[in-house]
Amino acid sequence: MATDSSAATAAASSSAAIRLEHVSKRFPGASTDAVADLSLEVRQGEVTVFVGPSGCGKTTTLKMINRLEEPTSGHIEIFGRDQAATPAHELRRQIGYVIQETGLFPHRTIAENIATVPHLLGWPKARIRDRVQELAELVGLEREQLERYPASLSGGQRQRAGVARALAADPPILLMDEPFGAVDPIVRTRLQDELLALQQRLHKTIVFVTHDIEEATKLGDRVAVLDVGGILAQYAPPAELLREPANAFVEEFLGRERGLRELSLIPVSDVPLERRCELSPGASCEEALAAMDRAGADWALVIEDDRCAGWVDRKRIAEAVPNVSAAAVPLARWIGPNSNLREALEVALTSHTRVAIVQDGERYLGVLPIERIAQRLEA
Amino acid sequence: MGGNQPWVRWEWIADNRGQIWDQTVEHLQLTLIAVGIGFVLALGLSLLGIRFRRLYPAITSVAGILYTIPSLALFAFFVPITGLSKTTAEIGLVSYTLLILIRNITAGLDAVPPSVREAARGLGYRQPRLFWEVELPLAVPSIIAGLRIATVTVIGLVTVTSIISLGGLGLFILDGLRRDFLTPLVVGTVLTIALAATLDAALLVAERRLAPSNRTARASR
Repeated sequence: MATDSSAATAAASSSAAIRLEHVSKRFPGASTDAVADLSLEVRQGEVTVFVGPSGCGKTTTLKMINRLEEPTSGHIEIFGRDQAATPAHELRRQIGYVIQETGLFPHRTIAENIATVPHLLGWPKARIRDRVQELAELVGLEREQLERYPASLSGGQRQRAGVARALAADPPILLMDEPFGAVDPIVRTRLQDELLALQQRLHKTIVFVTHDIEEATKLGDRVAVLDVGGILAQYAPPAELLREPANAFVEEFLGRERGLRELSLIPVSDVPLERRCELSPGASCEEALAAMDRAGADWALVIEDDRCAGWVDRKRIAEAVPNVSAAAVPLARWIGPNSNLREALEVALTSHTRVAIVQDGERYLGVLPIERIAQRLEA
Repeated sequence: MGGNQPWVRWEWIADNRGQIWDQTVEHLQLTLIAVGIGFVLALGLSLLGIRFRRLYPAITSVAGILYTIPSLALFAFFVPITGLSKTTAEIGLVSYTLLILIRNITAGLDAVPPSVREAARGLGYRQPRLFWEVELPLAVPSIIAGLRIATVTVIGLVTVTSIISLGGLGLFILDGLRRDFLTPLVVGTVLTIALAATLDAALLVAERRLAPSNRTARASR
């Protein structure tokens, strides 16, 4: 699309894909603003999440970007150009749009649904067909599902089709309005992970609306917390948001599990691992007890060639004949280096030893004790 | 009915083959023209009623009054103006389709989920394409349901138009009643029912064709 490439060129000079300047919206007959004097920049290639309670104007703000709503005052620039200068329907064909319950057309097959924008743009049939196949693969839809109608697909599959439809004409910007609100928590988590994986490949500018702060901090590169009446309470990356809430409203909205959520944003690789008392499998029981006495440890890990064969404690060693490998209990749970501190905490809490064992595949890397995780929170 | 005459005299049917065929075609034509014009008018009036909600009660009230006027009275009223013509018959027939069709078209269009309409606009649809490609197809099941009722109603009413000396299968029924002769009465009645059943089935097939998703959606529930 010619308009796309020119838009992309214009964007190269600035990192802001979307710029809202003093945007206000008051609906006819309303006594207060739905959105009040909102100024904010959405960076190119990032996921920006608008989050807030109902009535905070997050959806209204999203709809003003693709002109489903017109601002009462202020203006919006997209890639440096006044968005109101483009006819609304043309603008919308350049911006992907995904809504809750997907809004798939029930009278059209999944393939026809995905083809909507190319169809509106008048692409040749063969090109549309190829593009639909490509998108189905991208979002993980089976070829057989393409010929079915939306009603016969599961919620998760419909949502994937909704995303594929929004991406059909390869728009640089994707607007998503509570897209995962109607699916169950397990499917929602999977769809969130898929969106993050997709974004790693596509680097779209995504504006995502949700009322779920957990979803916001998980998906967003930046999170805009909106208060009732469309007032921007804080606009920051998730870690900053959780660490330094700007005011009481944000703090309350982040909720009581703020600390845990902050942990989920920190990868295990950010924290230095510790080593604890380690035994070789061939060590005799006397040697093992002596080593544990020297380390002042009640338990030890059995390590050979960077592999952890299990753990032992004094009682097990005392009963074991002839060496520690006979006493070793295999590890029930461990975490990988790509896990986050919240998962580490969960594993540490449920283990006898109060540490989370970190392994890269089969390779033992070290342990992460609960105290170390807690320290990271206080830092 | 007098005498011991049989229900059907086959030789009468054989003698009047041409006439029976002509009147069946005439009946069909009167019906299709009435439903066709009625549909176009009803579609326009429904859109008016949807666009300007305040007009909707007025539109349905007028259509409702037309629907309740006895057909004979309506024909009698128009004969002095438009004569004993097809126009007279069609004015009456069309006016009976309006209420049914307006109700069903409006209900069908109203039932388009807001999320679908919003998604369509958000993806770059605008009127009139939104109407033809999204809203109308989604209203098809309800519209066809209305067309089926309207068609069957009109087929019944066309038999009455024979009284104002127009064609249709009603001619045979009238003839049979006047001459106390069962055969034309039976032929007229049976063919009228057959015509109604055929058109109803044809509309059902049309619905399956036009709204295939409806069937799979039902099946999966």
